[in-house]
Amino acid sequence: MLLIACPHCGNRPETEFRCGGQAHIARPEAPSAQSDEAWAEYLFVRKNPRGVHAERWCHVHGCGRWFNALRDTVSDRFIEIYPMGAQPISELQSEARA
Amino acid sequence: MLEVRYRTARALPLGRAEARPSGVAIRPADAEARFVLRVRSAEGEVAGLPLDRPINTVSGDDRRWIARLGPDEWLIGAPESEADLVANSVASDLGTRAHSLVDVSHRNVGIDVEGLRAAELLNAGCPLDLGETAFPAGRATRTLLGKAEIVLIRRAGPGARYRVECWRSFATYVHGFLKEAAFGIGEG
Repeated sequence: MLLIACPHCGNRPETEFRCGGQAHIARPEAPSAQSDEAWAEYLFVRKNPRGVHAERWCHVHGCGRWFNALRDTVSDRFIEIYPMGAQPISELQSEARA
Repeated sequence: MLEVRYRTARALPLGRAEARPSGVAIRPADAEARFVLRVRSAEGEVAGLPLDRPINTVSGDDRRWIARLGPDEWLIGAPESEADLVANSVASDLGTRAHSLVDVSHRNVGIDVEGLRAAELLNAGCPLDLGETAFPAGRATRTLLGKAEIVLIRRAGPGARYRVECWRSFATYVHGFLKEAAFGIGEG
């Protein structure tokens, strides 16, 4: 079982969590001034990297809190957990692979 | 051989006589008053129960208890006869502090699970580490049991005494799940 370190509850089983998709997507200040392409980009286009990905997670069957996490999509390892609104300390670089 | 094993573990529609007692008592709790309290700062106490305890712990006694489920969320339990008393004293203790107090007495159903191997029984559907160091007496948390969300409370004091709090609509599922898990434990 994959354990995820909730900032409030510590290591908890993955089934208690819900992934909220890519983190750090800022809503445009003036949506009506956006071109259709830019608005569609904001709404629908997401990263799908093979490597480190910044994601939002919610400990929905626990403390119910949201937090950000850097996760490597290949190894499924959580590299960093940090609060909402913050930026990660680690770089968005893939882990070295054999 | 596998078929034979499955047959022995099968649940019958009327249940079965407990040939191998598990030694774990699964008892639906009486009607109780319960409140969900949300308040931003965890200071002071309400209705004689402390707010400033660590997250995922329970304080108070078996009659009146408070479990801190998150940074700003508490579940309060009290005897049904004290429902109004608790609600009023929480409101007066918090005074002008912005808070929300919701009566969830009828939403929640309590099941007491007690006995030497209660943790083993709960682990049939609960993925948490319920060992002595990871989940000692006085811990309480929201988690999962099978497919249902529960609040799992380990009562203070010696022995393994757990309270499973689930939502009313999940109660028959949770109770059945625990009963079923008790088959698998037996005397061991």
